[in-house]
Amino acid sequence: MEWLRNLMLPAQGSAYAGEIDTVYMSLFWLSVVLFLGIAIPAVYFAWRYRYRPGRVTPHVTHNTVLEIVWSVLPLLLCVGIFFWGLKGWLEYAVAPGDAMEIQITARKWNWAFEYPDGSRDAGTLHVVVNKPVRLIMTSEDVIHDFFVPDMRVKHDIIPGRYTEEWFTPTVMGQHLFTCAEYCGKGHSDMHGTLIVESQQDFDNYIATGGTEWEAYKGHMADWGKIQWERKGCNSCHSIDGSRSKGPSWKGIWHKMEKMRDGQVVLVDEAYIKESENQPQAKIVEGFEPIMPTFQGLIKPHDFEGIVAFIQSLGTQQAQQAPQTQ
Amino acid sequence: MIEYQVQTMAAKVGDLPRPKKNYLNETKGFWSWAGTLDHKRIGVMYLVGTMFAFLLGGCFALLIRLTLLTPTHKLFGKVLIDAETYNRVFTMHGIIMVFLFIIPSVPAALGNFVMPLMLGAKDVAFPRLNLASFYLWVTGALMAITAMVLGAVDTGWTFYTPYSTTTDGPVTLMTGAAFVLGFSSIFTGLNFIATVHKLRAPGMGWFDMPLFVWGIYSTALIQILATPVLGITLVLLMLERNFGIGIFDPRIGGDPVLFQHFFWFYSHPAVYIMILPGMAIISELIPTFSHKTIFGYRAIAYSSVSLALVSFIVWGHHMFVAGQSQLATVVFSALTFLVAIPSGVKVFNWLGTMYKGNISLDTPMLYAIAFLILFTIGGLTGIFLGTLSTDVHLTDTYFVVAHFHFVMMGGTVTAFLGGLHYWWPKMTGRMYAEKWGRVACVMYTIGFNMTFLTQFFLGAKGMPRRYYNYLDQFQPLHAFSTVGSWVLGSSLFLTAAYLLASLRKPADAPDNPWGGTTLEWHCSSPPITHNFEEQPVVEREPYDYRPVKHA
Repeated sequence: MEWLRNLMLPAQGSAYAGEIDTVYMSLFWLSVVLFLGIAIPAVYFAWRYRYRPGRVTPHVTHNTVLEIVWSVLPLLLCVGIFFWGLKGWLEYAVAPGDAMEIQITARKWNWAFEYPDGSRDAGTLHVVVNKPVRLIMTSEDVIHDFFVPDMRVKHDIIPGRYTEEWFTPTVMGQHLFTCAEYCGKGHSDMHGTLIVESQQDFDNYIATGGTEWEAYKGHMADWGKIQWERKGCNSCHSIDGSRSKGPSWKGIWHKMEKMRDGQVVLVDEAYIKESENQPQAKIVEGFEPIMPTFQGLIKPHDFEGIVAFIQSLGTQQAQQAPQTQ
Repeated sequence: MIEYQVQTMAAKVGDLPRPKKNYLNETKGFWSWAGTLDHKRIGVMYLVGTMFAFLLGGCFALLIRLTLLTPTHKLFGKVLIDAETYNRVFTMHGIIMVFLFIIPSVPAALGNFVMPLMLGAKDVAFPRLNLASFYLWVTGALMAITAMVLGAVDTGWTFYTPYSTTTDGPVTLMTGAAFVLGFSSIFTGLNFIATVHKLRAPGMGWFDMPLFVWGIYSTALIQILATPVLGITLVLLMLERNFGIGIFDPRIGGDPVLFQHFFWFYSHPAVYIMILPGMAIISELIPTFSHKTIFGYRAIAYSSVSLALVSFIVWGHHMFVAGQSQLATVVFSALTFLVAIPSGVKVFNWLGTMYKGNISLDTPMLYAIAFLILFTIGGLTGIFLGTLSTDVHLTDTYFVVAHFHFVMMGGTVTAFLGGLHYWWPKMTGRMYAEKWGRVACVMYTIGFNMTFLTQFFLGAKGMPRRYYNYLDQFQPLHAFSTVGSWVLGSSLFLTAAYLLASLRKPADAPDNPWGGTTLEWHCSSPPITHNFEEQPVVEREPYDYRPVKHA
């Protein structure tokens, strides 16, 4: 029946996922049996006792014993299922004391992570294989929800409160995490990658922001494109010129961009840096001030890559914008 | 008393001499309808109104499914709608279906028409309140449509704060519409409770009432007890949104989880406002078409009332991962399992009624069997969600979407369609094309399962709900679900077509086409304005199919 489980449920990223799947599959088979126990008689009776003119039906008003039996048996079954569900949930409800703590800040439509040593990142979450991790979560705006299908965990993230969830990843590699509480137009783009790696790789990532970028030396634009996806820039900034929640990056480099307050700004490194750290400082005309800050979330070589990537998307001929005073 | 076998054998004309005047033709003109106090006319107006709402909400549903046909949302190379529009469309689908269609459909449309007839009454207890309730519904509907024209809202039908207090759009007008619709529902409930208490025919004790009346009565209890909480909650939301009074938004000192408690304190009982009338219809259809007395009358009656009571103590099961206390979560899970018992009792009693019956598979009975199958799936998948450990994975995914569509549509709407076909001859005096009725019912069941059974698999695989974009791996299932929605939609358009076509021919329905035993089959089709020629007196059980010996 392993194939059926794989067909119905996501990959298992933890031992806990296996426990939940056992409950799920048991309920599935129980449901199949109970469904057939109701549907087969319903269809059979409709055929077996189909209408014959003039047939008189028995006048049976009730049967107390039968009715008590079919009330009490489901009740006992339900009590059993409740306690089985409680058992798995109690495990989910309390994180072990030695878990690594990672702070998550959710905002429309992006994730920011802070590791125990204070280093920060956005969009991609790194954790250590076989080491419990406890996520302490809050939101900057509306309610979000951190859902990791492969780990079978989710919990709402509420502004003004801290909520938490935890899991012990056992399968190395990449897993999806995604927002599961409706939060507006970028809701369905608010997902990222959970990277489960060895302690060594994790330490390396924390110390240097990872060495992965070194492979992109000489073609930083490619590295920038990876950052565009990983940091979640892609949920608001397109690269094909199509209009999204924020201005498209296509052809934006060295463009004279008109702002909401009328001033005209040249899109260069300084402007991009300012937009990263203080996104509300200058808002392009026609867009809403909805971008969250990425201060401290973008390492220098990541920034370098992003600028190179934007440059690679084409340069606008410097337009002569009317001077506004 | 009239013997049922005589009625079923009767020719296709009225059993009683057909009266010249009935409630449809006694008076004419716009104001004879707009100002009517006749429960039958108000029921018909409600039916027309809710059917337009169903059409509108259904078109939004088809648009949602069409958008999700491909991950790029393209149809013939053009993007159908963008993310913002999509969010507005699913919000409007939810609001229209819940507040404008399902909640009033069975009680206020069918219940208004049928319940006083079943009690042997001339009208409801407060005819003016009944008309006021309808006009509140119209007002609410106009407000909702105005809000829609002004750009609609993207809050989801649940209006969760702080999203709903900070997003753009006419949220205040839309919540105002839900507030007014709530009062329409309260008026109906109040009226029906008084009617059941005071206007039963001589000889009709509580346990001689048809089970439809028990279901509507239980529903009315919830309507008057729970709906005011929705009203208060929406007023608080409007105060916060417009005057910055901090109740739900933490930036001004509020608590967003409080909103969810308030909201579900109404909206969970509201689920039973929707499903209890559906169950009530099935409790009529099964004995009538089985030509056999209902099995376990009292158990079914008590289970309706106990579902109404239990509905008030399970709201927290919507919030297992939403930040309520862990103790509350455990208690709500335990209480939630209680729902299974009365629901199961009803299903077993219906099967017990069919056993050794004499079952004619007319269209209403086909819908009743479809209900049994779909509602069972809806109920069983509820166990996955009531169970704590599996709920954590499944909540906020398509599994939940599929579950509540199986209960709300597979349950309530299926029962509503069964009831509509059952009482159509009584309401209009006309028989519809039986052959097309059966074809549509089979199409409906197939289309429904294609659309929504698929979504259980999407959800369990990890597809979150309210998603405009989705991962490519989900496309085959989404596409299949969308094709199912076309089958489902076609069956409903077909139903509308043959029902409306039946109105073009002269009145041909017998007074009792199905051999029903309850009082509504003892007046003419369509009934006269005051329902009965003379006050009926009840001498037998409601579903007594024993042959009558004429003295």
